[in-house]
Amino acid sequence: MSPMTPDAADALTELHAHDMAGALRAGIVSARELAAAHLARTHRTDQGLHAWLSIDDERALAEADAADARLSAARAAGPDALAALHPMHGVPVALKDLVSIRGGQATAGSRILEGYIAPYDAHITERLRAAGAVILGKTNMDEFAMGSSTEHSAYGPTANPWDLGRVPGGSSGGSAAAVAAFQTPVSIGTDTGGSIRQPASMCGVTGMRPTYGRVSRYGIVAFASSLDQVGPFGRDARDAAALLHAVAGRDERDSTSAPIAVPDDLISLPAGDDEAAGWLRGKRFGIPAEYFPAGMDAGVDARIREAIAALEAAGAVVEPVSLPHTEYALAAYYIVAPAEASSNLARYDGVRFGHSIRGGSDYLSNYLATRGGGFGPEVKRRIMLGTYALSAGYYDAFYLKALKVRTLIKRDFDLLWEQGFDALVAPTAPSVAFKFGAKTADPVEMYLADACTLPVNMAGLPGITTPCGLSDGLPVGLQFIGAPWSEAALFRAARAYEGVTAGAEWRSMRPHDLAALEDPAVPTPAERAARH
Amino acid sequence: MSDTARTTPSTAADAVLERYEAVIGIEIHCQLRTNSKMFCGCSTAYDGAAPNTHNCPVCLGLPGALPVINRQAVEYVIATGLAISAQIPERTQWERKNYFYPDLPKGYQISQYAIPLAANGLLPIETSAGPFVVEITRAHLEEDTAKLVHGEGSGADRTTLVDFNRSGAPLMEVVTEPTIRTGEQARRYAEELQLLLRAIGVSDADMERGQMRVEANVSLRPRGTEPFGTRVEVKNMNSFRSVERAIAYEIERQGHALDNGEPLVMETRGWDDGRQLTYRMRAKETSDDYRYFPEPDLPPLRVDAGWVAAVRASLPELPSARRARYVALGLGSYDAAVITADPTMLTAFDAISAAESAPAKEVANFVTGAHAKALKAGDANAAGTAGASTPAGIAVLLGAIASGTVTRQVGRELLDRHIADGTQAADLLADAGPSPISDDAALLGHIEAVIAANPRAVADYQAGKPVAGFLTGQVMKATGGAADAARVTTLVRERLDREG
Ligand SMILES: [Zn+2]
Repeated sequence: MSPMTPDAADALTELHAHDMAGALRAGIVSARELAAAHLARTHRTDQGLHAWLSIDDERALAEADAADARLSAARAAGPDALAALHPMHGVPVALKDLVSIRGGQATAGSRILEGYIAPYDAHITERLRAAGAVILGKTNMDEFAMGSSTEHSAYGPTANPWDLGRVPGGSSGGSAAAVAAFQTPVSIGTDTGGSIRQPASMCGVTGMRPTYGRVSRYGIVAFASSLDQVGPFGRDARDAAALLHAVAGRDERDSTSAPIAVPDDLISLPAGDDEAAGWLRGKRFGIPAEYFPAGMDAGVDARIREAIAALEAAGAVVEPVSLPHTEYALAAYYIVAPAEASSNLARYDGVRFGHSIRGGSDYLSNYLATRGGGFGPEVKRRIMLGTYALSAGYYDAFYLKALKVRTLIKRDFDLLWEQGFDALVAPTAPSVAFKFGAKTADPVEMYLADACTLPVNMAGLPGITTPCGLSDGLPVGLQFIGAPWSEAALFRAARAYEGVTAGAEWRSMRPHDLAALEDPAVPTPAERAARH
Repeated sequence: MSDTARTTPSTAADAVLERYEAVIGIEIHCQLRTNSKMFCGCSTAYDGAAPNTHNCPVCLGLPGALPVINRQAVEYVIATGLAISAQIPERTQWERKNYFYPDLPKGYQISQYAIPLAANGLLPIETSAGPFVVEITRAHLEEDTAKLVHGEGSGADRTTLVDFNRSGAPLMEVVTEPTIRTGEQARRYAEELQLLLRAIGVSDADMERGQMRVEANVSLRPRGTEPFGTRVEVKNMNSFRSVERAIAYEIERQGHALDNGEPLVMETRGWDDGRQLTYRMRAKETSDDYRYFPEPDLPPLRVDAGWVAAVRASLPELPSARRARYVALGLGSYDAAVITADPTMLTAFDAISAAESAPAKEVANFVTGAHAKALKAGDANAAGTAGASTPAGIAVLLGAIASGTVTRQVGRELLDRHIADGTQAADLLADAGPSPISDDAALLGHIEAVIAANPRAVADYQAGKPVAGFLTGQVMKATGGAADAARVTTLVRERLDREG
């Protein structure tokens, strides 16, 4: 193949992963060219976005060369060998900076993990390598995934490519923004209370939180163990589904990962829009009233109702339903998640790795100095909340009660699955992307950004968000919530909605500030945030 | 068992116990004999290894690492539970015990709090005051901590190194009810538990090597009263003897304080074996808040009845049953206890007595006496006996001694040869010549001849000098060793006394 011009190379970043898969197998493009194009674009455009915490060109190109070698070998071996390659083979991917890569950093957006080099691969890192994916680097996030805007990253915020003065959502804001800004076709995030779906919604991309237990958490820096799940971002349902297919499945090293087969449906979603839309006929969707609170953006409300009408027009049956315990979900979540976090984060003591302040008079003073300086304010707030909730005398009133509420929330959903609903349809976030600083002064305001997503985590369910138009020029996300292990159906629903709305004008819109990112003098998100 | 060999417990403590009742609960941590650690695949064979060589992300508490339950460790606790007649729950769970210390890499220990793997057990023991039943509240699983190695210096110059080899090793904690009343009961309980754990193969339970760590909670209350007194926790007891002595010391110390109206405080005290006293390690003004909560990284563990039944079926004979069986075979309770307490002795005893060629008592004497020495001199062979010997061969020779076919003296020589070179017992007996002269008349003939030939010795005997041994030796010589020396001595004495 002859060398590409810079413009031709950059055009590769416009491709979907499923297009890349076809081009790679046909020999039209190489994994190295794909990796190089995305690395070049990322280096060129990330000053104003700050979606990345580390980019490893050398490793990425080496992985790409290995993928190309396997491709050549498969091509020589014949069509079966070629078909056996995973759809993610040779496709660039970004990982949230809490996924362990042997020999690489994993800061989880925190100072306390500065300098820590993981000595082992996460399960999903191994799976991605096995699939032949090419890891470009690590993306920005709220510190320990605690936040809904990526403003709580110790390394500065990430901007939203639709409006560089706004947040990308969070906590996986870097992964969402990088996909939206064509720096990578797909990326990995984690979703503890909405940290994949909410930023995907705000950045206008597809994101899924799988069923709890679908993807191994081994090697993922923990926030709240009973709520954390790894999931994919993509610029469409097919890409996100293929990435989930690559990383999902039982792992003996995570006792909470389920021995349930990963459906191959995930890598055979219909390519044709009409075929995809046809899936909707006769499907039964519930619309939970509690997910349309009085305070939600009118524009978001309008887009969601239009989307529901479109589903109905395509033959789906839509019924109002109720999840009566939704109003307690946020309060219960902010007991359970901080309680687990307060324990999970106890290991950051400066004794073995990362940020470490020594030389105090005793070990306690070293702990206090290390943790006091290493954690940011939101993390400290949650550690205190969680420690309090677990304390003797408060455990029953807070933690135990929250677990009971959790059971009730789960039962709300179970009753609907028993009634035969294929999925529930709701907004992903109550608002579009907000401006830097808009919610940092009031933690509870920030917590409310996850009101439509965190009940799903409390119930351990899968949820997907797919773009459904713009409000005030900013993306709105449509959420499908499913029964446990219904990821394939949720991806079919999202793919069907893509099919139904294939001709919509908003579908052709690209993030408004992509051009601004090309400006070498573009302010960094930290500089913009400082103005607010 | 060896109560008689013990130093007597503090008489001062006994005096205190006339006025006060001691309330004693024992907590014992045992390292389990698994190949790998509690929640990771790291080897537990780190004894003597260089520091931090038996580690992985899990037992180092690295970000993203997750625990996986060691099924063997669970089975060992179930086995222990069954051996102490405890209840095994159908479902158990794991909790995190949260506290900060540099030897605890995750900042929490995975343990069992609400539902232990074994509950409400019993362990009968024998004491100098008779039998006693120790009530065991619970036995549960948890993980061990790392080891701190403190360096020189003080303040900011003081360094402490951490060796994580032990981190995450499986530990079983066994907790008794506070119904133990004396230091002796506490010691006997610890000894019996060690014996039990070794018998069922779940722990080497070596106290000196830290595989079994005993802690005692001790308080006193005036006799006839119900409320508990101020409780003191005693640690650092590195031998069974120190368990008994530390508790006796605490009883004495607390008794004097109460007698003198001095306040006792809740505290943790350490046993100083050199000075034979307990000292304050730290005060316990407030109870620690470990913020226990269910471990979200591990699902609850189902213990189905089939699993429990399989573990029960695999249990070997327990020490109490073995002692009872030995007594039924005709051994005294002391011999039964001594043999039961020693794995090599009990293996040899069972193997030799299985041949049914010798009385149990004869086998017991051999196993605890001459044979124990032979075993100490060299390793036991595959059959459980010493050197080249076989259990059946030994049994035949012991049978020959017991029946008088050979003298005890000749029999011992034959046993030595059998052990040394494995010569068949039948060949040895054939070569030993005729049966010993058991006919007193024949012996008396030899005795008369010896007396006639040694008038000087006879005179010495009459003068009260110890020459019976010499004369016996002369008789034995005359018979070519084919006589029972003890019988000869008796006959010589009778003969000479008659003379006098
Ligand atoms: Zn390990």
